[in-house]
Amino acid sequence: MVNFFSLVTEFLQQLLNGLSLGAIYALIALGYTMVYGVLRFINFAHSDVFMVGAFIGYYFGKIVPVGTLWGGLLVLAGAMLGCALLGMLIERLVYRSLRPAPTLNVLITAIGVSLLLEYSGQLVFGAAPRTFPAIFPSANFHLGELTISSNQLFVIGVSIILMVFLQFVVFRTKIGTAMRAVSLNPKAAQLVGVNIDIVISFTFALGSALAGAGGILYALNYPSIDPLMGVMPGLKAFVAAILGGIGNIPGAALGGLLLGTVETFVGGSQWSTYKDAIAFAVLIVILLFRPAGLLGKFTVEKV
Amino acid sequence: MIPKPHLALLAALLAAFGVSYFSDHIDPYYLDVLTGIGINVILAVSLNLVNGYTGQFSLGHAGFMSVGAYLAAAVSLFLGPKLLGEDGGTAVQQGFLFFGALIVGGLSAAFAGLLVGVPSLRLKGDYLALVTLGFGEIIRVTFQNIEVLGGALGMNGIPPYTTIFWVLAFVAITVFVVTCLVNSTYGRGFLATRDDEVASEAVGLNTTRYKIVAFVVGAFFAGIAGGLYGHFKMTITPTGFDFTKSIEIVVMVILGGMGNTVGVILAAVLLTLLPEVLRPVAQYRMVIYSFLLIVLMLARPQGLFNFRWSLARKPKPSLP
Repeated sequence: MVNFFSLVTEFLQQLLNGLSLGAIYALIALGYTMVYGVLRFINFAHSDVFMVGAFIGYYFGKIVPVGTLWGGLLVLAGAMLGCALLGMLIERLVYRSLRPAPTLNVLITAIGVSLLLEYSGQLVFGAAPRTFPAIFPSANFHLGELTISSNQLFVIGVSIILMVFLQFVVFRTKIGTAMRAVSLNPKAAQLVGVNIDIVISFTFALGSALAGAGGILYALNYPSIDPLMGVMPGLKAFVAAILGGIGNIPGAALGGLLLGTVETFVGGSQWSTYKDAIAFAVLIVILLFRPAGLLGKFTVEKV
Repeated sequence: MIPKPHLALLAALLAAFGVSYFSDHIDPYYLDVLTGIGINVILAVSLNLVNGYTGQFSLGHAGFMSVGAYLAAAVSLFLGPKLLGEDGGTAVQQGFLFFGALIVGGLSAAFAGLLVGVPSLRLKGDYLALVTLGFGEIIRVTFQNIEVLGGALGMNGIPPYTTIFWVLAFVAITVFVVTCLVNSTYGRGFLATRDDEVASEAVGLNTTRYKIVAFVVGAFFAGIAGGLYGHFKMTITPTGFDFTKSIEIVVMVILGGMGNTVGVILAAVLLTLLPEVLRPVAQYRMVIYSFLLIVLMLARPQGLFNFRWSLARKPKPSLP
């Protein structure tokens, strides 16, 4: 009986770890899915916006007094704002002129932007990893055998708040309606008076702000940051977006949580060395049975 | 009367002999750069069959390359001493062993291509890209976990069998096979699959089979390139074949102009030379590289060397 109890505790502990990792994946995945929704391309640079978010937090955390709740929130807001501006800048300078180009070209350009951010990051910030400061007061709670860190709760809490906020923006505001219109049919949206430049710009700002928040939250749990830190989480977040059905906001959240949980469970098992491959294995299995993702609608190609 | 492409292949093989005959008189640095170029040309031309001619966006080419590299290295490391004896055998024996190792590498990569291709080619566009990328990563992590093949440390002490002759010869063979395949009656199906899948299906082409054939042939040559790479660098690690490598090859294909073999070869040469040229400013090398990539995509979206495209471009009929 004792054995069974510790097994349950172990399970709950891993589930909690998995959910807090998954919440971060979900935040990044939302940015991918929104950009895909309006422009139909994979914004590879998104994972590096995530990285820049963590670095803004690192430098901003030196200026403002951190270690308190309000100081930490200020850093979070600063990183989100900085990333939103960066995302809009990238869209304005690079992607806007590529709108009529074939998807593949946009994809390669996005890879170019991603590499540019990574390697300029190595020049500006240095290639060596840095330790991310504890910008929030942290404590560990014990519930029986279960250890819950305040950072984990914070990550899950902030992610839920941001996702609810996003859902509100997309479905309850004017600009959100415009976003959905552009996503359904850009030309028709333009005809009924939607300014698609503003909508796309706003989409990038929103997605990048979420990536920035994700960067800070990730750095809280894994406090070693370097210019290439975005590559793997970014890739997995994109897998999460596809898993849930790309272009679908609840799907991205679901995919992120699922992926984070599965990955944490595999990491804690005897197959832990296969941790980095499991995300892709899950993706392949799900796409074989549901080619449009978990919540995506399957469309038959028409002539 | 020998057909023209076969004559060209023969001439290229003779040229490979010629270059390797004089290789003692060439600066080793240039030989190394030339070997690197050759390997990249094989990778880019074989990926072009999948991405350019058949229109299936694959991001897993480095995975197939790693299968070839590992299996070929395993043949010459584990089987080599048994077949050649203690003294290492004569040059001709080594040549036969190396050829066998490359073929084994290529065939196992082709088999991996079949395993990956059959389930994933039902998907399209970005989904396919991501699934192939995923398979590439799975292959990498799997090699990291096979202790016999060195695990995360990779394989060391691979005999340096790769000479300029082998590289140039396989470049010639790859270009020959891809060109002949695409220009054959059968091969028109690749282009048809790319141009309009629904229409091709309607006239009775088995597009899935075309996609898989392109995938398997592409993977075969990626495996050959991997074998050459392993016996050139003498050491291989799983991380050397991650998705950054796949992207590097895709960039060559796109810069060359999709489905344009000559352009893709030129792009592979250029992109291999670029890091060498930028060596004095090594610190800024990748920044310049990525910046150039963005500028090129903005300025010449049809590919750097795709001249025909710009002449033949017609205004697209606007679809509703």
